[in-house]
Amino acid sequence: MSSARTATLPLSREAGEGQGRGSADRTARPSWSLWRIGAVAAAAWLAAAAVTHFLPDNDDFERTKLLAELMAGLGIALAVLTIAPPQRIRRAGPWLIALATFFTAWELVTAKFAVLPRPFFAAPQSLLEVFTDDYPKLGDSVWHSLSLLSGGYVIGAVLGFIAGVAIGWSRVVGYWAHPVLRLIGPLPATAWLPIAFFAFPTSHSASTFLIALATGFPVTVLTWSGVAGVNRAYYDVARTMGASQRFLVLKVAIPAAMPSVFVGLFMGLGASFSVLVVAEMMGVKSGLGWYMQWAQGWAAYANMYAALLVMALMCTGLITLLFRVRDHLLAWQKGLVQW
Amino acid sequence: MVTAAALQPVVAAGASLDILGVSHHFDLHGRPLPVLNDVSFRAEPGEFVALLGPSGCGKSTLLRLIAGLEPPSVGTLLVDGAPITRPHPSRVLVFQDPTLYPWRTVRKNAALGLEARGLQRGPRVDQALRLVGLTNFADAYPHHLSGGMAQRAALARALVNDPSVLLLDEPLGKLDSMTRITMQGELVSLWQSSGFTALLVTHDVEEALFLAQRVIVLSDRPAAIKADVPVDLPYPRHRGDPRLAELRREVLGLLGLDANW
Repeated sequence: MSSARTATLPLSREAGEGQGRGSADRTARPSWSLWRIGAVAAAAWLAAAAVTHFLPDNDDFERTKLLAELMAGLGIALAVLTIAPPQRIRRAGPWLIALATFFTAWELVTAKFAVLPRPFFAAPQSLLEVFTDDYPKLGDSVWHSLSLLSGGYVIGAVLGFIAGVAIGWSRVVGYWAHPVLRLIGPLPATAWLPIAFFAFPTSHSASTFLIALATGFPVTVLTWSGVAGVNRAYYDVARTMGASQRFLVLKVAIPAAMPSVFVGLFMGLGASFSVLVVAEMMGVKSGLGWYMQWAQGWAAYANMYAALLVMALMCTGLITLLFRVRDHLLAWQKGLVQW
Repeated sequence: MVTAAALQPVVAAGASLDILGVSHHFDLHGRPLPVLNDVSFRAEPGEFVALLGPSGCGKSTLLRLIAGLEPPSVGTLLVDGAPITRPHPSRVLVFQDPTLYPWRTVRKNAALGLEARGLQRGPRVDQALRLVGLTNFADAYPHHLSGGMAQRAALARALVNDPSVLLLDEPLGKLDSMTRITMQGELVSLWQSSGFTALLVTHDVEEALFLAQRVIVLSDRPAAIKADVPVDLPYPRHRGDPRLAELRREVLGLLGLDANW
């Protein structure tokens, strides 16, 4: 199934269509078994709802009813969808069953029988309560995290890209930049934290600098290696046709280096997440990292888990976005990894 | 000259080439490695000349010098009497590998020369693609093409520039034998319809004899001219022609391979 998914990545329009037809044929046959999986998933979620609603809580929980309603709603929706399930839902069938089982077990060992010690282990409805009651503060934190991250990331990515192209293209720039890059680059950006918070006027600008630094290094190195690794014959081809230096850089070196640049952007994004969280925990008075730190200070563990979940969604969302952009720009490449 | 000619169908007149006492060496770990030794010949406008020699003898280097990608260590190269100092789109090199840009569609690859000189794309590109039979693949990416199709696309990319000299560096060397035979025929008809001067580097004796009006036989590295063999046969040629077999024996003899024949 996973191989079918990677192959669906449309290399060209025709290839994409051909693949689509193929997978439709494949799913036509075992529709009975998939229909059953959908029914089992629906039953599992309805069971989870029943457990949540009818078993008594062992403590005061505000959102038990809402949780049960959401579970029941999902169960009913799945039951309806079993008649004509969309492809994506169909594929998620086994996961939906597993999740229902997980939520039921979680509900039982926390809210119902308190097997796991509270408050370190929060019940599902406690997390739900954080989302329903504290969403303004959570949303605000997401907004602050995103704006801080995107500012630093964009600066780091743009400067890293320019530096990488310059180092890869020009011998002189390479001569001077290489030793500096070798010395400074491998240093974790967080090591600059004390200096940055001292040297910059605001914690926001200090964090932007750190995130840009963390992003910039991998982007520089991989852009550079991409430009340096361009097939020499590509240049010969363009030169015999009268191409200028400018054309060789913009239309040959950079497009050829793009696959490598995107690896750098991906690594830079990962590095920027960790710097963001550390910066928010250490100095910036807003954002998800700060929210978690604050929640921990108040022993509000449910809030911590909720923030962690939101952070995970934010990070994976950003990575997905980056991969979408890459798939769009590098549609000419074979065998892209499916995120 | 370019503006008027660019709108015409491809009927560029070929240019003459004069290679005068050219020697060349590379620097290999600080020591000179001679690759060309006093090579001199002339190619008339519109002539099809093959340069035949053993692998690694320096044939490709000669083409790079004519393309203007490198200056020769010694000697002079003239095109229509003017010295060659740098690359010019009127002398296009077709490599053994198609070296299409994988991030460009076939059409955009073919348009490369026009784009590099900042010219409008115009009908020229589609014309060249039609000439090599790739009209239906104009929007495909190179990794969708077979070896022969990719090499055709590379030919189209060269022809778009309306070359007066087409430099062919073993362009069929990596193709399977059937595609190769087809494309040999196509090369001849392209040359006949376009009128460019063609210089083909190859180590395939039959290919050289089948395509060219003259075969210049080169020695081992450093390459020097051993013989200049005129191929006195009209086109279209027939592969089974007894005269071709005769010439092949002669050329193999010049290459010191007649014992294996």
